[in-house]
Amino acid sequence: MDKPWNNKAWFMVLPVLVLVAFSAVIPLMTVVNYSVQDTFGNNIFFWVGTAWYEDILTSSRFWQAMGRNLAFSAIILAIQIPLGIFVALNMPRSGWGVPVCLVLMALPLLIPWNVVGTIWQVFGRIDIGLLGYTMNSLGINYNYVSDPVAAWITLVLMDVWHWTSLVVLLCYAGLVSIPDAYYQAAKIDGASRWAVFRYIQLPKMNRVLLIAVLLRFMDSFMTYTEPFVVTGGGPGNSTTFMSIDLVKMAIGQFDLGPAAAMSIVYFLIVLLLSWVFYTVMTNYGRDS
Amino acid sequence: MLELRNVTRTIAGVDHIRDVSLTLRHGSLNVLLGPTLSGKTSLMRIMAGLDVPTAGSVWFDGVDVTGVPVRRRNVAMVYQQFINYPSMTVYENIASPLRVAGADDATIKREVGRAAELLKLTPYLARTPLNLSGGQQQRTALARAIVKNASLVLLDEPLANLDYKLREELREELPKIFAAAGTIFVYATTEPHEALLLGGNTATLSEGRITQFGPTIEVFRRPNDLVTARTFADPPLNTIVLRKSGSSFKLDGGVNLPVPADLAGIADDEYTIGFQPHHLSLSASRPEAVPIRAKVTASEITGSESFVHLDFADVRWVMLAHGIHSFEPDQEIEVFLDPRHIMIFDSSGRSVSARDRMAA
Amino acid sequence: MARIECNHIRHAYTANPTSPKDYALKEVNHVFEDGGAYALLGPSGCGKTTLLNIISGLLQPSHGELRFDGREVTNLSTQERNIAQVFQFPVIYDTMTVYDNLAFPLRNRSVPEADVDRRVRETLEMTGLADMAKRRARGLTADQKQKISLGRGLVRHDVNAILFDEPLTVIDPHMKWVLRSQLKQLHRRFGYTMVYVTHDQTEALTFAEQVVVMYDGEIVQIGTPAELFERPKHTFVGYFIGSPGMNVVPVSVDGRSARLGGQTIELPGAVPSSNGAGRTELGVRPEYVRLSENGIPATITKVEDIGRHRVVHANVEGHHIAAIVAEHAEIPADPKIAFDPAGINLYADSWRVELGG
Repeated sequence: MDKPWNNKAWFMVLPVLVLVAFSAVIPLMTVVNYSVQDTFGNNIFFWVGTAWYEDILTSSRFWQAMGRNLAFSAIILAIQIPLGIFVALNMPRSGWGVPVCLVLMALPLLIPWNVVGTIWQVFGRIDIGLLGYTMNSLGINYNYVSDPVAAWITLVLMDVWHWTSLVVLLCYAGLVSIPDAYYQAAKIDGASRWAVFRYIQLPKMNRVLLIAVLLRFMDSFMTYTEPFVVTGGGPGNSTTFMSIDLVKMAIGQFDLGPAAAMSIVYFLIVLLLSWVFYTVMTNYGRDS
Repeated sequence: MLELRNVTRTIAGVDHIRDVSLTLRHGSLNVLLGPTLSGKTSLMRIMAGLDVPTAGSVWFDGVDVTGVPVRRRNVAMVYQQFINYPSMTVYENIASPLRVAGADDATIKREVGRAAELLKLTPYLARTPLNLSGGQQQRTALARAIVKNASLVLLDEPLANLDYKLREELREELPKIFAAAGTIFVYATTEPHEALLLGGNTATLSEGRITQFGPTIEVFRRPNDLVTARTFADPPLNTIVLRKSGSSFKLDGGVNLPVPADLAGIADDEYTIGFQPHHLSLSASRPEAVPIRAKVTASEITGSESFVHLDFADVRWVMLAHGIHSFEPDQEIEVFLDPRHIMIFDSSGRSVSARDRMAA
Repeated sequence: MARIECNHIRHAYTANPTSPKDYALKEVNHVFEDGGAYALLGPSGCGKTTLLNIISGLLQPSHGELRFDGREVTNLSTQERNIAQVFQFPVIYDTMTVYDNLAFPLRNRSVPEADVDRRVRETLEMTGLADMAKRRARGLTADQKQKISLGRGLVRHDVNAILFDEPLTVIDPHMKWVLRSQLKQLHRRFGYTMVYVTHDQTEALTFAEQVVVMYDGEIVQIGTPAELFERPKHTFVGYFIGSPGMNVVPVSVDGRSARLGGQTIELPGAVPSSNGAGRTELGVRPEYVRLSENGIPATITKVEDIGRHRVVHANVEGHHIAAIVAEHAEIPADPKIAFDPAGINLYADSWRVELGG
């Protein structure tokens, strides 16, 4: 809005547009195409309209998977956001502790998903895993292979271990940008530790928190690799999230049509919920 | 010659600049004077080509440059914040526009040396900006603007972030910089005092509009309207609404101000009388001085002068008196208004003297 | 309100200060009397903000002690000292309304809500914010935000002192006049002890009864505006206060007369004989320099018309002299310069010499 009008500017963004077209728009269109047709192989397709969508939306399998996804994301956000804020508040602001903390925090983020899954898969095993073995020798019945609750706890712990530091780093960036004068003024005004958090730190972290919530929601809602590596969706279907179900359907059963319809539904749900989060958080605290 | 023709800039339905027409000549210093948000920076951004006007056009030496982006204009800009390349030495900072222009090393050495000499930066050329005081950092930014040899140099409140005394010192240097032949300088400030010290021409801005443009001291002494007079006054302009009847402006039980002889013909009506704080005094230095009784609300002493805040018929005035005068609050004192310097504005805020002079 | 005593206060920002150079504040001994209006005036880096933060308790001095009404407070926290402070840039609580911003310091101290309401309304009235009390503080202009900051400083009536750290920096010139005179009126009405840090001489002199001029971590002179103007103890004070600053020219002195180049200037008093060594300078403010028909020949180099008066820059015996001339006064074609004896000060090694009778 503040830049002069220049027709040549379009040429500059053209490569990005082409890239986005190839990486997003064209595959998405392919999926849309699949979702409204049926095939019996040999590249012969039949138009089925919205039949796959109706199937998906009326199947209990889909709604159960979605319920698991929502529950998982809710638990993840409920733990990681407060925990991330808490850790960020307690990180040092200056001195040698800063780089040490930052590196420690960044470490889990650098590990590939499947490696994280493998680490926890081994970590939780009752025969050789440190966690599983210790728990059981303490008399706690923990076995993520057979017990759905144990499986869920393992997945949540793993995600918390893997991703809380992202929230920490984002919040920390928000915190260090607050000028010293704010803390000085709060001291002068006799503000309690809670009031400082509520009226200075939280409002100033608002923007980064929005990003943290969105990223963590989208990532956890689309989680695939880690549960796949650790539990493979089991025991039973207790950790079969939509993504895992989708892959089972598309590759395991080769039901391309229903899988495509489910992808689209999945995509729309993520989009809708992200938009809801975004709107709620950006409007929070605005003038009425 | 830089010309703005009926320039308007509207953002989201709000007019930031309203119908501004202005002609600035080569080799001139032009001050944009107005309070915060009056449109100084918006106007400079349009002059620089950083923004495009919503309506109207910008001409440079007879060429329409309205849509031409800033990098294809020969413009230098100095900001309120001290903006330098933090990792480069002062020498490299000053040399940067020359390097971009592709000058040879000998030219760069000569030009940087000259600019550094002018701005007293020679001892600091090897340092990086963060190891300099605020004043030196801003000198570096100014030096970079001079070596560029731009045809238009825009200075947006360049002294605002400096200590009072540093401002004074740097202000001393500025005329040397403005001596650069052929360049158009535009200098934005909120301070009337600074405009007067800089001299040149002044355009007063209020709510996105230029209310008057002319030689600085002329605009100060003979504002065309009340808004200009108020903008160009520090301490604030004293005003009072009086009714003209016959040969004098009157307020019951207070003032009886003779109408200046050359304005005897104006209609009997209500007028706003404006006068500067130093035109009030404690003693009648001239026989025609008009005595007024007013109540003191506060007095401030600067050492050589006293600012006495007065309450006259519920109107707030400030008197600037020479010497040290301390009064008790609520004390009633007699002050004298020098009628030779009053400004008279009609009900629409137009200066009556300016209007009549134009008519004549 | 309290009497604030600084005893041998020194402060260094580095951990192990060794030389005097390491101290941002070198030995301050001063008493801020109960109910006084003080200004700390000096260039940036002179230690004025350091001293202010030591008084408010945001900083612990490296050495020395601080007393409020005789009670030692050096190790007390800011809250325990009960101080109000306004900062250079507006600090507001974004998510609160203007009203709640002002109420914040009171509610934190569990003041009954009825009293909170009364005091907040008073303060809103005082600062001219009454009509925007219900608006959220975010989205206001810089000077409105700074008024909120000021308001939070003024809302508590029981504070020991109110400290201001260049509070008018972001305020437009016209608004500065209004706010400054309001502060003065408040001071008179409630008798607060006020300490006001600034680099702006006009603000310092107009605000304070006593101005403390600081330079390089030390107090150079403490005095009323008139004293600082007429009898600067150090050439730095002469330079720093006044616009333009004091003219300082090297002279040689003989009894009651000073020689500037080939010219002789009569001094208002005799120089004490003990004073012989070092650099001797004559200091005269531009306000005391007269352009006249007789006196020392001068060449005018520049005349600045700044509206209410003109500043004439002249060259006298190779030295630059500034003079202030009234708005419509004549400037003679062949000017001579004379110094008003009332404004003549003599300096030995930059410190003022008291002239004898």
